[in-house]
Amino acid sequence: MTDFSIIGKPIAMVDAAGKTTGSGKYTDDLNLPGMLVGRILHSPFPHARIKRIDTSRAAALDGVVAIVTGKDAPNPYGILPVGHDEHALALDKVRYVGDNVACVAAIDEATADQALELIDVEYEVLPAYFDPEESMKAEADLIHDNKPHNLEKDYHHVFGDPDKGFADADHVAEARFIANEVTHAAMEPHSTLAQFEIDSQTGKRGRLTVWSSTQVPYYLQHKLSLVLEMPMAQIRVIKPLVGGGFGGKSEVIPLEIIAAIAARAARAPVKITYTREEVFWAHRGRPRTIIDLKTCVKNDGRITAVKARVIQDGGAYCSYGVVTILYSGALLGALYDIPNIQYDGYRVLTNKPACGAMRGHGTVNVRFAFESQLDELAAKINLDPADIRQRNLLQPPCVTVNGLRVQSYGLPECIEKVVERSGWKQRKGKLPRSRGLGIACSHYVSGAANSIIRSDMPHSTVNIKIDRDGGVVVYTGASEIGQGSDTMTAQIAAETLGCSLGRVKIVAADTDLTPIDIGSYSSRVTFMAGNATLRAAEQVKKQIAAAAARKMSCAPEELIFRDDSVFRKNGHVGTAAFGRPAEQGSSASVSGRVEGQILRGSLQQKRKDEGPKDWMTFEEAVVAAIDFHGALTGTGSYAPPPEARGGKHKGGGVGPSPAYSYSAQVAEVSVDEETGEVTVHKVWAAHDCGRALNPVSVEGQIIGSVWMGMGQALTEEMVWKDGMLMNPGLLEYRSPSSVESPEVEPIIVESIDPEGPFGAKECSEGSLAATIPAIANAIYDAVGVRLHEVPFTPERVLAALRAQRGQKKINLTEGIDPTAPAKFREHGGSLWFRGKGPERHPLDPARREGPAEAAGGD
Amino acid sequence: MKKELIELRVNSRSYELAVEPSKLLLDALRQDLQLTGSKRGCDDSSCGACTVQVDGVPMLSCTMLAASCERQEITTIEGVSGHGSLAAIQKAYGDWGGAQCGFCTPGFIMTVTHLLAENPRPTEEDIRGALSGNLCRCTGYSQMYQAIKAAIEAEQKGMAEAR
Repeated sequence: MTDFSIIGKPIAMVDAAGKTTGSGKYTDDLNLPGMLVGRILHSPFPHARIKRIDTSRAAALDGVVAIVTGKDAPNPYGILPVGHDEHALALDKVRYVGDNVACVAAIDEATADQALELIDVEYEVLPAYFDPEESMKAEADLIHDNKPHNLEKDYHHVFGDPDKGFADADHVAEARFIANEVTHAAMEPHSTLAQFEIDSQTGKRGRLTVWSSTQVPYYLQHKLSLVLEMPMAQIRVIKPLVGGGFGGKSEVIPLEIIAAIAARAARAPVKITYTREEVFWAHRGRPRTIIDLKTCVKNDGRITAVKARVIQDGGAYCSYGVVTILYSGALLGALYDIPNIQYDGYRVLTNKPACGAMRGHGTVNVRFAFESQLDELAAKINLDPADIRQRNLLQPPCVTVNGLRVQSYGLPECIEKVVERSGWKQRKGKLPRSRGLGIACSHYVSGAANSIIRSDMPHSTVNIKIDRDGGVVVYTGASEIGQGSDTMTAQIAAETLGCSLGRVKIVAADTDLTPIDIGSYSSRVTFMAGNATLRAAEQVKKQIAAAAARKMSCAPEELIFRDDSVFRKNGHVGTAAFGRPAEQGSSASVSGRVEGQILRGSLQQKRKDEGPKDWMTFEEAVVAAIDFHGALTGTGSYAPPPEARGGKHKGGGVGPSPAYSYSAQVAEVSVDEETGEVTVHKVWAAHDCGRALNPVSVEGQIIGSVWMGMGQALTEEMVWKDGMLMNPGLLEYRSPSSVESPEVEPIIVESIDPEGPFGAKECSEGSLAATIPAIANAIYDAVGVRLHEVPFTPERVLAALRAQRGQKKINLTEGIDPTAPAKFREHGGSLWFRGKGPERHPLDPARREGPAEAAGGD
Repeated sequence: MKKELIELRVNSRSYELAVEPSKLLLDALRQDLQLTGSKRGCDDSSCGACTVQVDGVPMLSCTMLAASCERQEITTIEGVSGHGSLAAIQKAYGDWGGAQCGFCTPGFIMTVTHLLAENPRPTEEDIRGALSGNLCRCTGYSQMYQAIKAAIEAEQKGMAEAR
């Protein structure tokens, strides 16, 4: 059936009104009686041993209720089973500036802040590592004792015969690409509220309830159980509204555990909300990545082999690191047909906040390198950049050389669409000097086929309950984080049951109420939770159909559910659409909704007397089903099929997905050759999302991804100096504002995946990766320079332009601070540690005191 | 710090509050009045999520002292919808995808309602300029422009019908 009544139509999200009126509650909006405020003391050193912590002065302060340190929760944890290397509060060592040392729970924020000042910590400062290539040489003072050379993990994969591929090639391109570190910067700072109950039987401390801004409530429940040594059944995690995640809330963040420890020690509810600066330290963003890439092609543009050596600067803890480094290699495949791949990936530890999963997890930086290099090769063999991509398409259904199964594949159409809409053929190469067009493609998984905790359990389970009121309640563990998860669930349930959206209520992401769902990450929710919803709804529908068919004296298969009614396919009246008599339809809705139960009862009696019917209202059918079955509930679950779970090689579990989304983009940019400033005028972005369940949301996700990719391409960068983040504020980090944001034309391509719910796949991440190389390629088209380092800041663009003309590089930091890295920007943000940070260099502008040196005398 | 008694007028209602002289307007709204629609998204008045209107002018409530707002008319997001229904701009933000995670939305709506009061027919450039003090991380802003245009149309249609 392609004629849908609910899906495919642009609708407002089911929770939109709560967001636009301010009545929706995020974690920090919640308050409990007697609630305390928690504040965390962070390390001022990038690498140090903790010799002694003295909290006595702080504890004596009036209003301080509890102070907790590492020894209050000594169990290690981490999001990956192979990476249990974190402690919520440092046990013996701190490993980055901002690492968590102690937490104060006090009656208000001012008291807690004051108490932090009174905690005495004695550190033994250790040598620190900031550069991954330096860190890999380390012999002593390792960041983690069990990780020699500070190497978290390395993988070496060979698929096909790369040597033969290199030998067969006519053209080779080889270069080093660098993508600097970026972070999610979701608008809502992380927040957690934790409360213990007293057990009625024992009279002692009992169950724990945690409200948290998380994408993964069930993982949080699991890790809390591990650290607090409580059974999972004693822990309830509730996810209120979440103000954006992008991966930054897709694992357990220290404050989530610290709040629980503090609540336990304080014997009162504790809420901790990060400041924006703390959010930057919590990080888990996209690591700085060094990519040595070699791509080989034949004269006709066919790729013969790819070799990539990738080093990721992972920060101080494992986090999702092992998965990130595997994604970087695995998703070299499944976009184009590449017969031979050699991949060497190194995930390296450094003394900086841990990197983790961020939108387009692991694929983005490598995609930038690959698509830039492909563009370079196209120029070499004098082929249109759009054509070289068309010549390397997969022939699905197929399995790639590295074991990824591809079924639906909308990439060819995506390329055609953006080429057409952007006027590529007519305009490419004909724009005025310093204005250019660039094309690039990308893809992403619709959920990982293998969950991070190895088990055979379903990845998503959904329960549906329908009562005599005809209300459909869907219980799903999927986490709405702004992407439209709840709306998608409601749409699929309503479409399947043929009822109106208004009947469907969503109860989501509460570990006590909802069945397990592994969370909102790797773009898995529509595909997996959507399929589970579909199956649960079909189960319920079957029960309703059986009862309704009895009443109508027909076979259940003959019934159609639509527009809040159930009717026979070939009903004898057939006056109105779908065979449902129009006037009866209206009277039924009156009886059901307005006139209430009593009238409805008598109407039903009247109908009973009249004998079998051709149609029933949804409510009547539900009542019939409950009378017949005794109760009306359904359960559906989803686990990826074994064929989609990938190869058996080491690390082969990361990369496989039941379906991949595809994107092709054209960017139009201009470059100011005097200043090096790049302006993106427009991006045409075609995205194959399988089927667009809610087009307005799909377009929103495409635009949002492209926009975030543009941010990484042009302005966003975490700037470090001796392990200290120099720009921990939204303006200094340079998240683009409305005036810096280009027009994005989203183009939806529907390839109808055979296994997706109604054919749907992911739409929230796959588009991001193409934007960066599309802009890079457009810059090349505009001014003829090939940029190898992201972001393309005016400094880097200008340096490349001057190099092209044989001019000397301008050193913007000359005379300011000789120890500062070239990318140094003045730290204009918030206070750093209230003066507790390491000594600044005498020439550091932030250290200048008094008006003497400041030119303006301010 | 010793508290002082102040009188705040918020969304056309008067409240008597005891607050420290250092208390920020945002904290007074969120903590003392439980008006949690205004959000805190940053430490340094860079994000605009806390925007409220003071005497009709959009202001960052995270950088104003509550005590300095006495005798001024404060409007928060909770004061935008009237008669228990969505204002045109709120409806349009929902319909056109102007809000995804929704955390920045109250701040944007306070900015936009001021823009539309000042300039009922803004060009896209006017809109971009007006919104540049508010940050959003989800939408890339595009769908907000559509929402704002739709809200203007809806308002005009509503006014035409009323005539």
